[in-house]
Amino acid sequence: MIEFKNVSKWYGSFQVLTDCTTSVSKGEVVVICGPSGSGKSTLIKTANALEPFQKGEIFIDGVSVGAAGTNLPKLRSRIGMVFQHFELFPHLSVMRNLTLAQIKVLGRSESEAKERGRALLDRVGLSAHMDKYPGQLSGGQQQRVAIARALAMNPMAMLFDEPTSALDPEMVNEVLDVMVDLAKEGMTMMVVTHEMGFARSVADRVVFMDQGAIVEDCAKDEFFGNPEARSDRAKHFLSKILHH
Amino acid sequence: MFGFDFDVIWRTLPYVLGTGLVFTVKLTVVATIGAVILGTLMAMMRLSSNPVISGVAGFYVNLMRALPLILIIFWFYFLVPYIIGWVTGAGRPIAVGGFTSALITFILFEAAYFCEIMRAGIQSIPFGQIGAGYALGLNYWQVMGQIVLPQAFRNMTPVLLTQMIVLFQDTSLVYVLSLTDFLGAANNIAQRDGRMVEMFVFAAVVYFLISYVASRSVKRLERRIAIVR
Repeated sequence: MIEFKNVSKWYGSFQVLTDCTTSVSKGEVVVICGPSGSGKSTLIKTANALEPFQKGEIFIDGVSVGAAGTNLPKLRSRIGMVFQHFELFPHLSVMRNLTLAQIKVLGRSESEAKERGRALLDRVGLSAHMDKYPGQLSGGQQQRVAIARALAMNPMAMLFDEPTSALDPEMVNEVLDVMVDLAKEGMTMMVVTHEMGFARSVADRVVFMDQGAIVEDCAKDEFFGNPEARSDRAKHFLSKILHH
Repeated sequence: MFGFDFDVIWRTLPYVLGTGLVFTVKLTVVATIGAVILGTLMAMMRLSSNPVISGVAGFYVNLMRALPLILIIFWFYFLVPYIIGWVTGAGRPIAVGGFTSALITFILFEAAYFCEIMRAGIQSIPFGQIGAGYALGLNYWQVMGQIVLPQAFRNMTPVLLTQMIVLFQDTSLVYVLSLTDFLGAANNIAQRDGRMVEMFVFAAVVYFLISYVASRSVKRLERRIAIVR
């Protein structure tokens, strides 16, 4: 469903992505991990062209992201994205955050969009807050609204860019719970995260990145269950973040 | 001879306020609306990644800000009729009229200042907001219209209104076009009745009161409209 083929990206002369090749099939959950500055977030953002790339190709459901004639708004509307800092629109109510793109991009009617919005807020347990503004919610609540906003577009895949990194520790689980449910329902997901517990419980594959390159790309059980077969860099990383 | 006659103010109030002040307020409001719209478009141009588009807007803004307003007023008043005559192929100057000429001048001049205000406003919006808009499938105009500009306007409303107060005072320069704005009307009475001191004191008090009350209201508004983040 999402295919990266030899993707490379430079900022000036500095190479941030080197020859990245991986893929996410339909219904698969792929977790991308690695030290900070390794290019995880950049890689995930190239998938919906929020970050341009200079070499290689990315296909979403057969459509080339980098090709000149691609209708990017249409492509992006089919892929949900959740950001580290939520990025809810602070001047709009929670409900309006959920309905805006449904109406403007998908051409749904106001009532149709609201109905869908209400159902999704219900699902993330926040229907009582639909008339509030994002600034009145806690971080965990905002991120759940952001997930609902992405789901409101009926995406065929979801991208998560460190969705729990900006949260207070006690709010991490309420967001992870929503993500676990999504994964169990068969949503195609690409998740940049340091939450190894999440990776262990629902990931199908784990991609490990370092210095802009994909170092490991293997099934979850292989990644966690066979540490001796891992590269030194991945072993080092795992020894730092596991056992806590 | 040396006694003051402040009664002249009451006698001429309908003319000075009804004709003069109404003209000033009308020019200020219409010019502000036009200049904010034009200035916002130019701010979007200045922030464009296309060097030609941002270059054109940048040149325009710097040009306008480098020239005295009075020169621009003269320039438009005397040259625009010729330009329109030439463009339309009429072969002779086309009369534009004092109010239209003044309005166009103020819109074009103030747009340069509103452009810089709106540019700061747009740049004050975190880049992630724009990314979130694009990620939902919105296009450039929708991201601008629904997400960036509403927040930018709200952040910049106090500065925009303060610039509007400056414009309100600047409109008095239309006296050079023999238009009867508030100051012009006060001046006409002052000349006719030989009551310079009274009329100019009155004009100063009115300008002060309006500008002072307006800027106090802006302060109050500023506290009320801040977006909760």
